[in-house]
Amino acid sequence: MTKFEYAPAPESTTIVDIKSEYGLFINGKFVAAKGGKTFLTINPATEKTLAKISYASNSDVDKAVAAATDAFKKVWSKTSPSERGKYLYRIARILQERAREFAVLESMDNGKPIKETRDVDIPLAAAHFFYHAGWADKLDHAGLGLNAKPHGVVGQIIPWNFPLLMLSWKIAPALATGNTVVLKPAETTPLTALLFAEVCQQAGLPEGVVNIITGDGATGAYLVNHPGIAKIAFTGSTEVGKGIARAISGTSKALTLELGGKGANIVYDDAAIDEAVEGIVSGIFFNQGHVCCAGSRLLLQENVAEEVTEKLKKRMALIRVGDPLDKNTDLGAINSKAQLEKIQELSAAGDAEGAQRWSPECVLPGTGFWFKPTIFSGVTQAHRIAQEEIFGPVLSIITFRTPQEAIEKANNTPFGLSAGIWTDKGSKILWSAQRLKAGVIWANTFNKFDPASPFGGYKESGWGREGGRHGLSAYVKVAK
Amino acid sequence: MQKISEELVQSEASLKQFLRTLPPVDQVGAESRTAYLATRSIKNSSKNFAIDLAIRMVDLTTLEGSDTPGKIRALCNKAVRPDPTDSTVPHVGAVCVYNDMVSIARAHLDSIGGHDVPVAAVSTAFPSGRASQEVKIRDTQDALDAGASEIDMVIDRGAFLSGRYGEVFEEIKLIKELCGEKAHLKVIFETGELVTYDNVRKASYLAMLAGADFIKTSTGKVAPAATAPVVLVMLEAVRDFYSMTGRRIGVKPAGGIRTTKDAIKQLVLVNETAGEEWLTPSLFRIGASALLNDLLMQRMKMRDGHYSSSNYVTLD
Amino acid sequence: MTRIDVLKTYKLFINGAFPRGESGRVYEVKDAQGKFLANPCQASRKDLREAVVAARTAQSGWVGATAYLRGQILYRASEMMQARKSEFVDALVAAEGKSKKAADDEVLAAIDTWVWYAGWSDKISTIAGSTNQVSGPYYNFTIPEAVGVVTIFADSKSTLLSLVSSIGAVISTGNTCVVIASEKSPLTAITLAEVLATSDLPAGVVNILTGKSAELVSWVGSHMDIDAVDVSGLSKKSEADVRLAGADNLKRVHRFTEIKSSQRILSFVENKTVWHPIGV
Repeated sequence: MTKFEYAPAPESTTIVDIKSEYGLFINGKFVAAKGGKTFLTINPATEKTLAKISYASNSDVDKAVAAATDAFKKVWSKTSPSERGKYLYRIARILQERAREFAVLESMDNGKPIKETRDVDIPLAAAHFFYHAGWADKLDHAGLGLNAKPHGVVGQIIPWNFPLLMLSWKIAPALATGNTVVLKPAETTPLTALLFAEVCQQAGLPEGVVNIITGDGATGAYLVNHPGIAKIAFTGSTEVGKGIARAISGTSKALTLELGGKGANIVYDDAAIDEAVEGIVSGIFFNQGHVCCAGSRLLLQENVAEEVTEKLKKRMALIRVGDPLDKNTDLGAINSKAQLEKIQELSAAGDAEGAQRWSPECVLPGTGFWFKPTIFSGVTQAHRIAQEEIFGPVLSIITFRTPQEAIEKANNTPFGLSAGIWTDKGSKILWSAQRLKAGVIWANTFNKFDPASPFGGYKESGWGREGGRHGLSAYVKVAK
Repeated sequence: MQKISEELVQSEASLKQFLRTLPPVDQVGAESRTAYLATRSIKNSSKNFAIDLAIRMVDLTTLEGSDTPGKIRALCNKAVRPDPTDSTVPHVGAVCVYNDMVSIARAHLDSIGGHDVPVAAVSTAFPSGRASQEVKIRDTQDALDAGASEIDMVIDRGAFLSGRYGEVFEEIKLIKELCGEKAHLKVIFETGELVTYDNVRKASYLAMLAGADFIKTSTGKVAPAATAPVVLVMLEAVRDFYSMTGRRIGVKPAGGIRTTKDAIKQLVLVNETAGEEWLTPSLFRIGASALLNDLLMQRMKMRDGHYSSSNYVTLD
Repeated sequence: MTRIDVLKTYKLFINGAFPRGESGRVYEVKDAQGKFLANPCQASRKDLREAVVAARTAQSGWVGATAYLRGQILYRASEMMQARKSEFVDALVAAEGKSKKAADDEVLAAIDTWVWYAGWSDKISTIAGSTNQVSGPYYNFTIPEAVGVVTIFADSKSTLLSLVSSIGAVISTGNTCVVIASEKSPLTAITLAEVLATSDLPAGVVNILTGKSAELVSWVGSHMDIDAVDVSGLSKKSEADVRLAGADNLKRVHRFTEIKSSQRILSFVENKTVWHPIGV
């Protein structure tokens, strides 16, 4: 038997120039944090330190908000919409020019494969800026109501799973609609946000329009509660999201939340089976399963369950786990030790509650944080692994008998972010979509994103939408 | 398994019904799978492995009205010794010619030490398939008599597209009977004319049930020919047919595979669809002509560490 | 030692290339001071015919590209235009006797107008399409689609600005076009063609003919493979002629005055409505 091994195909890291230390990006410049506290960011695939990051103290956050406020009042609110748009176009084009550099840096800081940063994260981030650039001077056409005005200074807090992409989802619409920004990237993935600050400089963006402050949960909390912030945009866990909603309940601050999910990926017996298997795999193993809208519950029609599960197992055996910078890697590192422990804990719960665990044979590297792609069969709604978000490469397989039962099980969750529908029958797609309580529904595909396509959740997956015409409304205030 | 096959194909109606129950292929999904696999980066030792394997899988082909004995002999020389300056280069998988050139090819190959290079003949009124059954039988028999040990037949696309699956089936079965133990049978679908992936899937199962040893994409005379998603669907078919019956059927893409990059993409497809058991010339061939020289140039680059030129590969 | 300039030959822009007019005719264009400027081609009906064939052939590929790609190509053209700003300014000053300041303003406005249309390509169906709540278990949506091949008679006032506005609006949604440049200012149009030729725009998406528009009006009006016409550069009489002849294949005929207008875009799309049942 001939074995076709793929020799290592490493992407070179010489294209990135990672500084040993980074300051905060306030008012167009990198400045030292007050108090000199720092923290480290590491490469989760090797556990090696990448850089020292400044920790924004409360007074640094005050400075950033003041810079954004000044920039809004004196410059940005006086900049014509077309000119705003042209800044965003510049940013989009520079991101495209420096795409490879960003892709390598993102992969090193986050742990996800270079294949994904190169082919998904970075191109989509540039596209978000390009798309929103075009809206800046067309807001009158966007159905936002009469006299829509920007909020002013918006505070944005983004997660570690798609660092640059989440940054673009936040900053692009904010700037397009005339707001200025104070953004806090996630603690474990600050580097592409800090490199983005350089892009803002190259684009000649007026000082103070975008400010990047690095820190942790406490920094974020201080930003949320800051009186100078008119609107908050948060993507992260449901628990923290609820905390923010409580924190601002006594204020008039606007808030959008993009939180967790436990997406149901429904495979009917009349699906295009081979493509459905691909969709199941991409639904849960793309980005190591660190995806709020992951298809983490496979709802499989019972009469094809065995056949599909067998095909799924054979397909999973092809997943290449390893060095994220190898161009052939499909599944990279788990972003942090803490996240790995969460995944392990919930998987252990799955074992304890009687589900059957299976993973393909794979050799995991010695250092770094890794988890094999895993499926649990025999899962029912009453299992923890059917209810709680694992945020890792772990799929729970649940069967159903009829379309009605599929919908009931799919909706039987406090979450409502995404769902998948696999069938060759058009009417069934539409019938299912009509009944699913999810903000994003993929039919015969999964994990597809586009700046023109509104994204966001029902129920405890958050409120508000990002992207598309609908995403603009969060960033303006209108008489209600 | 044998009994189930027999019942399935008892009548055109039951065959049609079976073909209808095959799961559909989603075009966008299939194309995105092949696009993903096309990003595999095959370097160094794996590239060397892939290049030599691809050379061994090439069915070196000439199918022109202007073919002459001289042209055939040159092709055979190239097939046996692709690079006269490097004896480590393996010989190709087969030589593929029209049936009236078979005896010239066979005789010449034997005279230059190419005993283990088979001669494949295209058959059944290749490439159009538009002729009477008598002509198609005669076409095949002539090739077998002349020494062809592989027959590449075309299906009747007119019959297929008008739903006469039984006719297509019977014709394949007939040609297979003629081949007997003497030759293996490749069945060409002309996927560019079948157009949809669903049709390619149906044709694959139809041909395998009728006795094909290999299923082949195209005649090379019609574009599009061996696109990646078409080959993907055919590899899925042979993979699943093996699960159902225990028989391994081969796959041959032909047409449009001109560069080493194209060939390597095909091998990746095989590796990650049907599996490594198919990574052998007895189960995977590539119908090509210009490809061989590109493989040789890439092989030279890997060996010498610098880019080559067409001055350093021979015309066939 | 005095040095003389190399004078540019202005040819037509058809299918991504710059051929001479097939009839071999040219006409003289002088600058505002009466000095000789150039001999641009005088396009014939055969040049028009070839241009329409090029536009038709290119249309399915252009409309089949993603809206994002079309937007990027249009934006690229604005990058090229900005880089050649002084060339456009000189052309306007020489050909139309505009002051340098006025020419400068017009060129900058033209670049920004092009950027405005670049940003519409992936948004037009968001504002002009809809899902419609019909009475019954049906999913019903309306989607605007490019009409096909549009012929544009370029306005002779603010030649660069209106030219950019006409073309940008038409091609952003996937139409292709044949532009009949203003007889008075052909050189601006061909300079624009050079910008488009270096912007990754596929061959045939925009074709530009120079010459006597009066000669081509009846051939455009009667051409059965032209789907729509922008008559902004024609007199009322010629517009009426185009409408009369155009009725044979029901050409959509429109005239515009506004530079930045979504109506320019919406006038060259067709609305398609689709029904699909909802059920298991």
